[in-house]
Amino acid sequence: MTQAEGSLLRQILDYSNRHNPYPLYAELRKTPVLSEGDGAYVVSTYDEVLSLLHDPRVSSDPRNMTAPGGPELGQQEEPGLPPSFIRQDPPEHDRLRRMTNASFGPPHTPRRIDEMRGDLGKVVSGLIDGIGNTDRIDLVEQFSYPFPVTAICRLLGVPREDEPRFHGWADTLAASLDPMPGEDPTERNKIAEKARTELGMYLAGLIDERRKDPKHDMLSELATRHGPDGVMTTMELLSTSALLLIAGHETTVNLITNGMLTLLRNPDQLQRLREDPKSVVPMVEELLRFEPPVQLVPNRTTLADIDIRGVTIPKGASLWLVAAAGNRDPKRFAHPDRFDPDRGDIQHLGFGSGIHSCFGAPLARLEAQLALSELARRLVNPRLLEDPPEYRRNAVLRGPRHLPIACNDIRP
Amino acid sequence: MPGEFLDWLKREGRIVIVGASLAGLRAAETLRGEGFAGSLTMIGDEPYEPYDRPPLSKAVLLGRAAPDRTELPRRREVDADWRLGVPATGLDMAGRKVQLADGEEVPYDRLLIATGVRARSWPHETEAELDGVFVLRGRDDATALQKRLSAGPRRVLVIGAGFTGSEIASACREREIEVTLAERGSSPLVGALGGVVGQVAAQLHRENGVDLRCEVMVTGLEGDTAGRVRAAHLSDGTSVETDVVVVCLGATRNTEWLAGSGLGAGPRGIACDAGCRAFDIRGIVTDDIFVAGDVARSPHPLFGYQFLSLEHWGNAVSQAETAAHNMLCDSVERRPHMWVPGFWSAQFGVNIKSVGVPSMGTEIIIAQGSLAERRFVGVYGYQGRVIGAVTFDHAHWLPFYQHLIETTAPFPPKFETVDRRPEGLRPMSAEFPDPSVPTHGPTVTLSGYSPADRRMTFTPGR
Repeated sequence: MTQAEGSLLRQILDYSNRHNPYPLYAELRKTPVLSEGDGAYVVSTYDEVLSLLHDPRVSSDPRNMTAPGGPELGQQEEPGLPPSFIRQDPPEHDRLRRMTNASFGPPHTPRRIDEMRGDLGKVVSGLIDGIGNTDRIDLVEQFSYPFPVTAICRLLGVPREDEPRFHGWADTLAASLDPMPGEDPTERNKIAEKARTELGMYLAGLIDERRKDPKHDMLSELATRHGPDGVMTTMELLSTSALLLIAGHETTVNLITNGMLTLLRNPDQLQRLREDPKSVVPMVEELLRFEPPVQLVPNRTTLADIDIRGVTIPKGASLWLVAAAGNRDPKRFAHPDRFDPDRGDIQHLGFGSGIHSCFGAPLARLEAQLALSELARRLVNPRLLEDPPEYRRNAVLRGPRHLPIACNDIRP
Repeated sequence: MPGEFLDWLKREGRIVIVGASLAGLRAAETLRGEGFAGSLTMIGDEPYEPYDRPPLSKAVLLGRAAPDRTELPRRREVDADWRLGVPATGLDMAGRKVQLADGEEVPYDRLLIATGVRARSWPHETEAELDGVFVLRGRDDATALQKRLSAGPRRVLVIGAGFTGSEIASACREREIEVTLAERGSSPLVGALGGVVGQVAAQLHRENGVDLRCEVMVTGLEGDTAGRVRAAHLSDGTSVETDVVVVCLGATRNTEWLAGSGLGAGPRGIACDAGCRAFDIRGIVTDDIFVAGDVARSPHPLFGYQFLSLEHWGNAVSQAETAAHNMLCDSVERRPHMWVPGFWSAQFGVNIKSVGVPSMGTEIIIAQGSLAERRFVGVYGYQGRVIGAVTFDHAHWLPFYQHLIETTAPFPPKFETVDRRPEGLRPMSAEFPDPSVPTHGPTVTLSGYSPADRRMTFTPGR
């Protein structure tokens, strides 16, 4: 990014715009396919993003990228592990994702997520019960961060007594994805590396135990399932579970936090959710359009020249698909900057689309629905103490670092 | 003034929809959605409210869904006068009245015909009446067949390996019922997808334990003294002992009730323009009679203006929406029905989807994946352009191939894609059967003529 000093992409990545990138996205959409001049192409309109997500000439395998990769986003894979399926193309991608899905969803395990409903509901209640002082609540620290980590522990089958250790590793690793300006990264990288190694060894031990003594959890099934695709190797299992762990909570934290922020900014919708808990379903869908936790997909490349909207994206280019800009494309959604759960057709790009569409979507939906409806029901007269709140550094996984709120009381 | 008429029609006109299934329901919802406040009458020959058919050959036969629990989700209240269980028997075009089997006449200002198709029954009437001989189209068919499958038959014979026949064979195997599948063509699905893909389907059947017999015809069904089917005789001289026979020989369009009405209705369906307005037998478009769904046959500009008649779920929805919109519109506001054909099936755990018109294709390449792994994208070419595509467990890519079809992209496609195998790139014959040899099971029926063709004629029902 040398000559593009003031480029739109640079501005979007600039932290000072983190709290509200949407005006920049609107500017970006005026050039639906923008060449950044350094080999990177930024696509920001709904139809074009959607079509590229379904385009077999677009690869997720970084080895296919020949142009310079664009700005660094701190989105590396875990070193020492083979790439997880998010960074692979078919047929390897399909095989790993299929094997993982066999333990997660239909047709083999159709009820896994729904069966978690009661358990996750208790976690939500417990966290709200433990809030304590209602004059100043940090919703991130006290609620929207611990909840998804606990959920992913339950899903994978991490024993409850190990959850605190697991939280610690997850915290450290998540923090390492969230670079701080003006800080020497050496020390932090060292800490992250240590956490990664410890987590890897912990998971390897757990996998070993589950192979010998399988339980009703996802790690056991991943470790023991012999399907038409064979079995997963231990290395594949480790990168898959690391992917589930990281992708499985860093995004949901933001979905829940963005959700509460949006509801507090739209009190009529919060009131409606309080009166009609079922309305949480379209609300979460609209949130995924309005404030998606994953704002853009930066790590794609082209296997061939692709002609789109009068621009030829050359083979090997670095492709940035700005899903959050597509979600507010006025050609696709009427009054896109309005939070309106009643719009008929919310086909958002919040979970991506195509073969890499969010694997954890059913779990993320359930978590967000349980969290928001219960927060709406129990918090009496909740209000924002800071607007906008302080955001995380990360432009890809966008969300507040803290969300200070207050309320009068907490209903039982 | 047309504007005044339309205002009046919207306010207090009478719209009648014959056919109370998917297309009829979606049309009714669209009419109300676009502000139609007049009287709406829904006529259906079945006694049921609109229900969904795809589960009937899948979840229902597997015993996973009750046949009476496949109602179509409602998009909105339609506030209609429902005449269910009463078939329409005639149409008085001049008097604008639909005649019903109970002798009643229902007047209309605008009529929508969405009577769909029915399963073609076994041509030998006495044999067709044997106990244990089924077809599968409606809810009652599915109820009866699922009951018989639950009773644990020794063997099921399915006649015809099109999509329905293949899905039934798949359901039987999943329930561990012995099944023989007899097909007149060289492989299952050959009419719809050609022999190259048909061979993959054949392997699927065989590996899942289906006794698949291709290039044979069933010449007769034999009953026992109690009138129950006990065996079937095949053209290769063999016979199959069986106690359940399911006849899957494609569909017949429900147009008989229009015979003599003067509407352009025949065994191939009801011809209409791209705006869903029906033609009369003189080739003149009517202005008050519209058609939608499986029974309609309309010209498609993407496919050389051929009249396409599609038994596709998505087509029924889209055509119904277009027809309903156009019923309430002035000519300049009318929309053409330009849905790109699309279709899905599920058998032996494999998700099969297609777009475009594969059966128009003469050549095929395997653009992604591989036939041997049974996970692939097959792309069909016709005169140097992409005309259709089919996926086995690769459906996520279909929108891309649909775009190629819509933009008349050249065949074979030359670019690199993910999961492209070198062996798939050589175009080969798609191996569709000679159209002069009768087969069955294609889901897309091509017929008709270019508008530039001076010899355009209409042949009424034979």
